[in-house]
Amino acid sequence: MRGNGFEPKIVAFLCRWCAGAGADLAGTSRLSYPPNAVPIRVNCSGRVEPAWVVEAFRSGADGVLIGGCHPGDCHYVVGNYKTRRRIYLLQKVLAEVGVEPERVRLEWVSATEGARFARVMREFVEELRALGPLAMNQEEKALPPQGGVHA
Amino acid sequence: MAAPNPGPKGPRVGVFVCYCGKNIAGTVDVKKVAEAAAGLPGVVYATTHEYMCSDPGQELVKRAIREQRLTGVVVAACSPSMHEVTFRRAAQEAGLNPYLLEIANVREQCSWVHEGPAATDKAVRIVRAMVEKVKGNHPLTPVEIGHSRTCLVIGGGIAGIQAALDVADAGFDVILVERSPTIGGRMAQLSETFPTLDCSQCILTPKMVDASRHPKIRILAYSEVEEVTGFLGNYRVRIRRKPAYVIADKCNLCGECAKVCPVRVPNEFDQGLSERAAIYIPFPQAVPSSYTLDAKNCLGLVPLTCGECAKVCEAKAIDYDMQEEIVEEEVGAIIVATGYDLYPKEAMAEYGHGTVPDVIDGLEFERLLSASGPTKGQVRRPSDGKVPREVVFIQCSGSRDPELHKPYCSKICCMYTAKHALLYRHNVHDGKAYVFYIDIRAGGKDYEEFVNRAMEDDRILYLRGKVAKVFREEDKVMVWGVDTLTGKRIEIRADLVVLAQAMVPAEGTWDLARKLRIACGSEGFLKEAHPKLRPLEALSAGIFMAGAAQGPKDIPEAVAQASGAAAKAVGILSADKLVHSPEVAEVDEDLCSGCKLCAPQCPYGAITVDEVAHVNEILCESCGTCVAACPSGAMSLRNCQDEQVVRMVQAALAEG
Repeated sequence: MRGNGFEPKIVAFLCRWCAGAGADLAGTSRLSYPPNAVPIRVNCSGRVEPAWVVEAFRSGADGVLIGGCHPGDCHYVVGNYKTRRRIYLLQKVLAEVGVEPERVRLEWVSATEGARFARVMREFVEELRALGPLAMNQEEKALPPQGGVHA
Repeated sequence: MAAPNPGPKGPRVGVFVCYCGKNIAGTVDVKKVAEAAAGLPGVVYATTHEYMCSDPGQELVKRAIREQRLTGVVVAACSPSMHEVTFRRAAQEAGLNPYLLEIANVREQCSWVHEGPAATDKAVRIVRAMVEKVKGNHPLTPVEIGHSRTCLVIGGGIAGIQAALDVADAGFDVILVERSPTIGGRMAQLSETFPTLDCSQCILTPKMVDASRHPKIRILAYSEVEEVTGFLGNYRVRIRRKPAYVIADKCNLCGECAKVCPVRVPNEFDQGLSERAAIYIPFPQAVPSSYTLDAKNCLGLVPLTCGECAKVCEAKAIDYDMQEEIVEEEVGAIIVATGYDLYPKEAMAEYGHGTVPDVIDGLEFERLLSASGPTKGQVRRPSDGKVPREVVFIQCSGSRDPELHKPYCSKICCMYTAKHALLYRHNVHDGKAYVFYIDIRAGGKDYEEFVNRAMEDDRILYLRGKVAKVFREEDKVMVWGVDTLTGKRIEIRADLVVLAQAMVPAEGTWDLARKLRIACGSEGFLKEAHPKLRPLEALSAGIFMAGAAQGPKDIPEAVAQASGAAAKAVGILSADKLVHSPEVAEVDEDLCSGCKLCAPQCPYGAITVDEVAHVNEILCESCGTCVAACPSGAMSLRNCQDEQVVRMVQAALAEG
C-alpha cells in the first residue's frame, strides 16, 4: 500500500498471445499505469481455473483480472469463449458468497492494444479503490479451500 | 549473495536479476530484488548483472548452474518473448533442462510502466511468483515429429508466384492455389511499371510460364482453400477445385466457344471496362492456358438450354458434367499471398459514388493504358470513347482519411499516379494532366527522380490540396478543389478523373485468416508476428505472408518479401526434424473418470476418450482449456499445473 489511500491488490492472468503481448507493448510504448497488479502469464485465458480466482481472493487479492484475445481472435480458436462462460458463472457464484462480481474483470486486449491494456489497468484500479478492500479479507473470513469451483 | 541453509534434497533455485542498463535498474532497485529473492525458500543463489543477456551475463548463469548445482533458474529481465530462448539454451549448455528456467518479466510489465518503490515491490512479487513456478516445473524433452516437405502457397499474384518459384528451386514441392482461372494477379492487369516503365505483362509472363513448367510446382487455379487443420510441419489442407467445365489438357485456345456464346457480362480482367462471354480466358497468356466456363453466368449447363460452345468445340474440351473436386494435401509450411483490392469508388460520396462514368480508379486507368486492354492502349474515356483532353488525377482517394475512409497511406499511389499522368501525356501529346496531392511520398530507389521527371519533363501540373467535390456537368466532369499553397479555389472542367483509390486487403482475406488461425490487424491486413523483426511470419508457426496481403506495398517489395517468406518456409521444409513443445496436457489415468467433458473443449481434436481420456501430444497446442474443464483434476498442463499457479498466486500476494 502507498500513501494513506487504499491500494487494491490485484492478480492479472494474461494470455501469452494477446493480453500478455498487449501488456508488453504498453511497456515498450512506456504507457504508465498503476503497479497494483502482479501479472501471471498463461498460454490461454481458457487455462484460467475459476479456483485460481477464488484462491487469489483467499490470499488477499481485492481484484482479479483475466486478459484474453478478442472474441474470434483466440490463438487457440475458441479458448476465450470458454473463459467467458466460466468467468460469468464464477461471478454469479462469488456474488452468492459476498464477493462483488466487479472484482473479477474479464478483458479482451489484443497484442496491438498496449494503450488499451494500460487503460484497463487504470480503470480497474480506480474501480477497486472505489469499492474498497474485499470485505471477507478484512474479516479474515476464508472461502472453502481451493479446488471446489469448476466450470 | 548465497543464501543460507540450502537443503540437500530440496529445490536449489538461482535468481538472476538484470539491470538492462538503466532500463530496469533506472526504476527498479535490482539489488533489493535480488536480496528479497535470496531470502525465499528454495532459493540458494541470487545475483545481479548489468546485462544478463550478454555473454558474461549468460556465463554467470551457466557457472552458477554448475557450481551451485541449481535445479531451477529464474531470470528477472525483459519479456520472455525476447530472451527466453537465449537463457534456456544457456541452461541447457550448463547441463540444466531448459524447461527448468523461467523468465520473470520485470521490464515491459514493470520497470517501463511504473516508478518509485512500488515498482521494486511489484518486481519482487513477480520474481517470488516465478520462483514458485520454477520449483514446480519438471524437466521435459521436446517431442520430435516428422513433417511434410511440401509448401502451400495461397494466391497466384506476383508474390505467390515468386514464393512458389523460390521454394521449388530449393527442391521442394509446391502447391500454388489461385481462386481465379489464371495466375498473374494484379500485376497482369498493369500497363507499365514505375519507375522503369517496363511493360508489366512482359516481365510477369515469363515468371508465370516458369511456374507452370516447373516440375516441382503444381498450380491449382480456380480453386480455394476450404479448410486447414494441423500444425507446423503437418498442416492438412482441403482445397476446393471449382469445375471449369473445360478440360484444360484438351483446350487448344481456338476461341470459337467464346464467339458463339450468347452471354455478355462485365470482364473482371478489364475492371468491367469491356465485356466477356460466359466461357472465356482472362487474357491470352493465362496460366493454366485454358478457357473457363463461368457457371454463374452460363445460360445453363444442360445442353438443351444452350450448348452452343460444346457444339463448336472441335477439341471436345467442354464437359458440362464436370464436378467440383476436393483435393486433400499435407503440407509442412504455408505462404499466404492473397494480395489486395482497391477501396471501392462507390464508397467515395464526394467523388460521385462511382456513378459518374468518367470517374475511374487507378486499375481501370491501367487497363486503358494497357496494350492488351479494351482500347488497345489508347486512352479513351468510358462514357463516349473520346480521347480526354484534360485529365485530373486525385491522390489519397480513400487513403489518409481517418474520418471518412482509411486512415493509412496506401504507399504506391504517389508513384503510380506520376506514372499514369506521364503515360497519359506520352499518349495524348496535347493533353493536360493535373495531379492533386497531399504530400508526395516517393521513397524508393529512383522514385523521387521519376516523380521529378513527370513534373518537369512531362509538364504535369501538381496541385497541393484536396478535392472537395467531383460531379458530372453535361459531358464534363467538374472538379472543385483548393490549392493550399496559393490558397486559391480551383475548378477544372475535366474530361476524365482518375482516383488513386486506397489499397485494401483482397476480398476473403479475413475468412482465410480465420481458416488458418492467423490474425488480421485493424484494417484487415494480415498481422505479422513482429512488425520489425518477424515481418514475414504469422504468429502461428509455419505460416508466412508475402505481398500486399500484409499491407500496401509495390512490386519490388512484394517480390522481396516473397523470397524472404520462401526462405523461411524452406527452413522448415529442409529441417531434419521438427520439435513440438512438450508443455502439453496430460492425463492422470488413476483420477480420470472418463466423463468426456474435456474432449469437446479441444479445438484440435487432440483428446480421445475411451475408459479414460488420452491426449495426442503432437496435436495438443498447450492452451489448457481442457484442464480448466476437468472436474476431477485428472487433466493437467505440464509446467502449468494447478498447484504451481496457486502457489504463484499466493506468492504474488504475500506481504513482506
